[in-house]
Amino acid sequence: MNPLVPMIASTVVAATPLIYAALGETVVERSGVLNLGIEGMMLIGAVAGFAATRASGSDTVGFIAAAGAGVALSLVFGFLTINLQTNQVATGLALTLFGIGLSAFVGHNLAGLPVARLAPITIPGLTAIPVVGDLLFHYDIMVYLSVALYLGVLWFLTRSRAGLTLRAIGESPAVAHAIGKPVVGTRYLAVMFGGATAGIAGAYLSLVQTPMWVEGMSAGKGWIALALVVFGTWKPTRVVIGAYLFGGVTQFQLFAQGFGLPIPTEFLSMLPYAATVIVLVIICRDPKTILLNQPASLGHSFHSAA
Amino acid sequence: MLRLERRATPSSTMSIVSPLLAAAGMLVTGFLLFSALGKDPLEAFYLFFIKPLSTTYGIGELLLKTTPLLLCGLGLALGFRANVWNIGAEGQLTMGAIAGGGVALWFGDSDSSLAMPLMLLAGVLGGMAWAAIPAFLRTRFNTNEILVTLMLVYIAQLALSWLVHGPWRDPQGQNYPQSQGFGDAETMSVLINGTRVTWGIVYALGLAVVAWVFSQKTFAGFRMQVAGLAPAAAAYAGFSEKRNIWIALMLCGATAGLAGICEVAGPIGRLQQQISPGYGFAAIIVAWIGRLHPIGVVFGALLMSLLYLGGESAQMGMGLPSAITGLFQGLLLFYLLAADLFITFRLKRTAAPEAAASTPKPATTLENA
Repeated sequence: MNPLVPMIASTVVAATPLIYAALGETVVERSGVLNLGIEGMMLIGAVAGFAATRASGSDTVGFIAAAGAGVALSLVFGFLTINLQTNQVATGLALTLFGIGLSAFVGHNLAGLPVARLAPITIPGLTAIPVVGDLLFHYDIMVYLSVALYLGVLWFLTRSRAGLTLRAIGESPAVAHAIGKPVVGTRYLAVMFGGATAGIAGAYLSLVQTPMWVEGMSAGKGWIALALVVFGTWKPTRVVIGAYLFGGVTQFQLFAQGFGLPIPTEFLSMLPYAATVIVLVIICRDPKTILLNQPASLGHSFHSAA
Repeated sequence: MLRLERRATPSSTMSIVSPLLAAAGMLVTGFLLFSALGKDPLEAFYLFFIKPLSTTYGIGELLLKTTPLLLCGLGLALGFRANVWNIGAEGQLTMGAIAGGGVALWFGDSDSSLAMPLMLLAGVLGGMAWAAIPAFLRTRFNTNEILVTLMLVYIAQLALSWLVHGPWRDPQGQNYPQSQGFGDAETMSVLINGTRVTWGIVYALGLAVVAWVFSQKTFAGFRMQVAGLAPAAAAYAGFSEKRNIWIALMLCGATAGLAGICEVAGPIGRLQQQISPGYGFAAIIVAWIGRLHPIGVVFGALLMSLLYLGGESAQMGMGLPSAITGLFQGLLLFYLLAADLFITFRLKRTAAPEAAASTPKPATTLENA
């Protein structure tokens, strides 16, 4: 078999949780809310999905539980930032720290237990095609759903009336409010959507990538997802492309081993983090890129009474 | 009916009461949590908050863990006041430990009296060098410091891991990923006999005073405060944003680096893969609890240190998972952010007209203060 095929396949698997988390955050940020708590929601999703799958034996239940756990945590964030108008940066950090603590607490006796990896699907006829079958038709269902999610988010943001409202609120909540758009409700729904996708992203780690629960297993992927939103200049297509590029970077370890490069594993493990920094520098270098693309009200609280 | 009303000016009383409210909220939640787990809440509270402090050794441990939390918290608070969101103190701490620990290993078992000052200096410079990266990228390339400082945490930890697995591994260490133990001259002396607390706590408390003088009494500190409270005013006054960012990150890099070397040259005594249970992240909460004020940060650090000790004590005494510390830390920050609402808002009772009409006893509920 062509050695590139498994590398590309593993890149896709590595990119999938980033796609879920980053697409969700794209929608959240387009509504003007900056949720830095993705890492925390991912960890909660990971532990909830793992526990639910073990208890029920069903991956579907696991992913639904993970999404629910992510939503629950995002509601705490929503209540604080949208209702109580707390600082979004600080609250997002709190959400991450809380998620790290809560997931470790809930999962302390789940560590080291096994769970069956979510199996790849087989499509009769298609999966059997050499190379193409392995490249396109031999992933788990969540990979295909991530593509569907991308198309859905793209359609929602660019083609739907509700998406237009959401973007208007992200640019100027005061104006949107003045013409009768529901700022609070829309932002709540966006934050909940981001929570659900982050939860699913986390469960993808604990049910597919490394089918087990390890404390702090997201290892910064939530933060990388945040960087991907900036990298993608808040546009779903670019965010997804970025996620696949990053998936490739995280798999560079396999490439290097494949080619027998004598680089210590620690340096290879640094690559995604270093790449995040480099990518941010490239995108942010020109302030106009950010100014033109970033939702104008991002990170600012809105209160209608003022 | 209760309604939120914006205060004319932020309440300074509430900014001090709010951490107490948050601590109370954390205790109530803890009470419910312990009850739900089938543990006696009072016994759990005793194990968590009293027992660790019942011995001299325990007090020493409290001060020992306070040291890195206080050092990192001081640096972070100065930055947060200026709206510089450095959340990578953990990485700067790690780099300080690497730089200072490298000097210690270079001295080996030498008795040179230069060893310790040079180690501390290297630790400070290591932390500063690591913080210089986000400062440079932010000021030169407009790159968000939140993400950069965080990414650098992972890189620093991997660098340390590589060093203790590879070039700096103790050849006699039976393949454990750790360096040789530091010599006597390269280890900080104990401050109180019978405990493990080192001179680090004295440096940290001294720096708290220095930080107070800097932020309250110097022009540079004032500029940073203005930049945080009113960025437009700071720009109009001609205060350089870049200079503020550099100062904020350099100061935090220095204190976090010092925290790192104080840890490895103190209680740990060597370089190893794991040198901090997340002090740099917990210090974010410390800074917030301390109201971003150097003296407040001292109290925040003591409280957070007690949460670490309490978690260990509850683990040993009751079999509770030590992760409960992280849970309490997160809860505390949530409650604090929520309670901070009352700094700028107050609850006001308002008369809902329809309720008034149907209420038989009008006088008590209708009066507005």
